[in-house]
This record gives sequence, C-alpha cells and structure tokens, in this order.
Amino acid sequence: MSRKFFSGPFILILPSILAIGFVIIIPLIFSFYTSFTSYKLTRPDSLFNFVGLRNYERLIDNTKFWYAFGRTILFLAVVLNLELLFGLGIALLINKITWGQRTLRTIMMFPMMFSPILVGFQWKYIFNDNIGLLNNFLYLFGYESAIPWLIDKYLAMGSIMVAEIWANTSIFAILLLAGLLGIPRDPIEAARVDGCNSWQVFKNITLPFLMPFIFIALTIRSLDVGRAYDIVHIMTGGGPAMRTELIWTMIARIGYKDANMGFANAMSYVSIILSIAFTYYFFTKLVAARRDLGQQ
Amino acid sequence: MKQIKKIAFWLLVLFLLILICLPGIWIFVSAFRPNPEILSKPANWIPDRWTIHQFTQMFSINGYVSVPAFKYLMNSVIISSVSTVIAITIGMMGGYAFARFNFRGKNSIFLSLMLARAVPGISLSLPLFILFAKIGIINTSFGVILVYVAMNVPFTIWLTDGFFRQIPKEMSEVARTDGCTRLQAFWNVELPLAGPGIGAAAIFAFLLSWNEYALASIITRTVHSKTLPIGMMDYLDEFTINWAGMCAIAVVMIIPALILTFIVQKHLVSGLTFGGVKG
Repeated sequence: MSRKFFSGPFILILPSILAIGFVIIIPLIFSFYTSFTSYKLTRPDSLFNFVGLRNYERLIDNTKFWYAFGRTILFLAVVLNLELLFGLGIALLINKITWGQRTLRTIMMFPMMFSPILVGFQWKYIFNDNIGLLNNFLYLFGYESAIPWLIDKYLAMGSIMVAEIWANTSIFAILLLAGLLGIPRDPIEAARVDGCNSWQVFKNITLPFLMPFIFIALTIRSLDVGRAYDIVHIMTGGGPAMRTELIWTMIARIGYKDANMGFANAMSYVSIILSIAFTYYFFTKLVAARRDLGQQ
Repeated sequence: MKQIKKIAFWLLVLFLLILICLPGIWIFVSAFRPNPEILSKPANWIPDRWTIHQFTQMFSINGYVSVPAFKYLMNSVIISSVSTVIAITIGMMGGYAFARFNFRGKNSIFLSLMLARAVPGISLSLPLFILFAKIGIINTSFGVILVYVAMNVPFTIWLTDGFFRQIPKEMSEVARTDGCTRLQAFWNVELPLAGPGIGAAAIFAFLLSWNEYALASIITRTVHSKTLPIGMMDYLDEFTINWAGMCAIAVVMIIPALILTFIVQKHLVSGLTFGGVKG
C-alpha cells in the first residue's frame, strides 16, 4: 500500500526530472568538473589536466571580473527597483481608470511579447547615433550634433538599462494590477471613514496587501535576469572598452572567443550562484509576506 | 481645478501609451520603408512609399536570397511547437502530482525545480555545447527541442500546479465513487476544467522557445537548425547592418507572439499569481 502511494506521484514527476537532469543537472556537474581543469576548446586533451582551485584563484585576482560582477549587481539593483517603481505607478494609474481599462491593460502588455533579442535590436536601432529615432527626434528640436548613445562610455550603460526597463516594467505592472483588483473594498472605505488620507490608505492597507504580489513579480523576474545577456550582447556586445560588460557577456567572451572553457565555467558558477541567491531571497520573502497576510 | 486634474491625468496616460508603443511601431514602419529612407536625415517619419521589398527578398520570392529566412522560420515553428507539446505533457503530469498528492520532499523538489530555471542560459551553454558535440546532437533540431523542453518544464509545473489546485478535490472524488478510474476522472473532469490554464501555460512555453537566443546561438551552427532569433543576427554580421532587413525579420518574429499573447492575456495573470499566492 505504501509503495503504491509513493509510486503514483513519483512516476508523474519522473519525466520532468529526467529532462531537467539531462539538460541542466548533468551539464552543471560537467561544468563543475571542468572549472577545476585548464580545459581549452582548442586542446581537447587539456580536459584531464586537473589544476585544482587555480581557475577560482585567478578569478579572485582578476579585476576585470570583479568590475563585471559589480556592474551586474548594480545593473540588477537599478533595473529591478525602477521596474518595480514604474510598474507600481502604472498599475495604480490603470486601476483608477474605469473607462477602457481592458484595452489599456492589453496595450500595456505589448513589451512583454518582445523577446530580449528583439528588445536589444529595437533599442540599438533607436539609439543609433546616425539614423536612430531618438537622435532624429532631438534633431527636430534643433539639437543637431548626434549623441553617441551606445558608444559613449557613460551613456551606454544607461541606454541598456532603458531598454531593459522598457521590456520588463509591464510584467510588474500587470502582476501588481492583478493584486490591486483583488483588494477588498471594505477596509479601504472603513479607513476613509476614520479619516485616513490617500497616502495613509496606500501605506497601511494597499501596500501590505500588495506585498505578496511584489515578491511574486520579483521571483519571476529573478528567474530570468540572465536573459539580460541577449540585450547587452546585441546592443553593445559589452563595449565600449568593456564599460557595459556584465558577468554573462564576459562568460561568453572568455568561453568562446578565447576558448578558455575551464576559466569561463568557474565564472559561470559564480553567476549561477548569483541568480539562485536572488531567486531564493525573493522566494523566502514571498513566503514571509504570504504568512503576514494570512495572519491579518 | 478638477477639470485640469483630469486632463493632466489623461495626458499622463497618453504619454505612457506612446512610450510603450512607439518603439515597436517604429520597427514596424521601418520594415516597410524603402532602403534610402532609413538613412535620410532629418528622418522621414511616415514613409512616402510603402514597400514589401524586404519581405519578398527575405522569402526569396524573386529568386535572390540574402538570408534564408524561410528556412529559419520553418525551424522555429517546428522546434517551438514540438518542444511545447512535450513540455506541456510532462509538465502537466508533474503539476498534477504536486497539486494532488502528498509525498516526502514535495516542497524541496518544487523549489529545486524552480531553481533549475534560474540557471542563466549562457552559463549552461558552455557545458551543453561540449556535451552535445560529444554525443553528436549539436546543430540538430532534436538537441534544441530537448533543451527547450527542460527549460519550460519547471514553469509549466508552477502554472499547472496552481490551476489544478483551483479545481475542488471533491469533483474527482465524486467521479471516482461513480466508477471512474483516477485516469478517467483526470481525463473527463479535471483536464477540461484546467484547460484554459494549460493553454496559457502552453503559450508561455511556446513564446519562450520562439524567443530564446542565448542557448540556441551556441548549439545551432548552420541553416540546418538555426532559429529566427539567430537568423536575425545574420543581418548584423554582414559588413554593413541591413536595418530594413532586420526590421522585416523582427516583424515576422513578433506577429505570432503578438497573436498568441492576445489570445491568453486573460488567463496569463491569474495563472502567474495563483501559483504564488495560494501555493
């Protein structure tokens, strides 16, 4: 009897586990091994050249890597916070509208349909210094010198952030709007009768209720942050002079251009831990927020 | 005063709408522009003459092929649909197991499945490239399908788990006391009820496969298995960037995504939030 009970769900989950095992777990084990070797694509026999922790030591000494690492953290921090802020703003705005809300909601989801590679290309086109929409627009207002958005060392990072924010704000907006629509009216009306102003209602009722939705959005987003690679790869390829190099573009460059797989895999592990840490952090926050809400 | 406030509010909404839509519209318009107009300065906002030159050239209607877009399109369609069907089938089984059974380590398995998705594509691409080359499935549609199935399964489980939970357990129990087997109860009662949700999950999976770039750029090498996103890069790799051609291929890529998302947009949000809030 207990065997039967165990085997039912087990058989149902097994295909999923097999697929993930083959495509994700086995390659990860393999790359974990190669991160301890001096494996180079151009010399296959170097796969068995065990070098211990040398790749990781080189990583710690590599200032370029730490710059890329810091830039990735900065990028994620800025982008996620702004997306959350704008998403919340848009959600509150649309929640206020009674006429044509459905249409607006659909239009708002427009950027979600763009793949990261399309987003990257589209903004590369818009930010192009010569023929781009943005410079053409500025030209219209008499600003005739072309601004090199993607070539300037300071502007490039900002331009990429704009693209990333454009693409993903709508995920936050739509999830937060779903949360807003589900808020019970009674506590808000009761608070208004008791003399709360809009800000107090927002801070004490709306926001706590939205917390789980905020963390769901953050969890979903953090699963896919690595997809920012596509955008950066298309828009600048890490340039100018590595000013927009994120940890992911650096992995691709060292792994494939320099064919230094062992070193690149060591780097991959750092990036994987980074992604998982982000996801895990938001997930625990989500569980906590859900518990808080349950008690209220 | 109230009137001014109202006007300001709608102006803000209008501004946001322009911000959201304009980049896409610009690409769309540029795809139908004659080539010299793209480079003109000051810009010609609305084309004097609309042309489908880029599309006929891309799909080699008049014989000359610069980029084999039709082959890429076919690859994309086949790879995305096959991987979606497989991912939904096995993901649905998993989601059902998580929603309906209690077993040891349930929560930790669920969380580790989700974490499997958090592995960035580019980190995975290095070992997959070597592994696939070793067993000889690099540059095949089969290899790409396999990868997309694995990438889509965790999210499908997350979504379908939420949808199956929405269906009261009693419905299946009633069916079984009436003499159905568990499978029959699933097939006749639970599956139809969860249908819309599973459809939404399928479109998510399809879009992810349709749009994926980082992994496909490594494990596809030639026109034999390259998908549309990789094909788009062919325009970049040429000596000068063919902006109009890229815009045209972008339009080809975006239209199926646009249609599919509009179909499921109602279920999209409930699926995403349900798994999280009540799960």
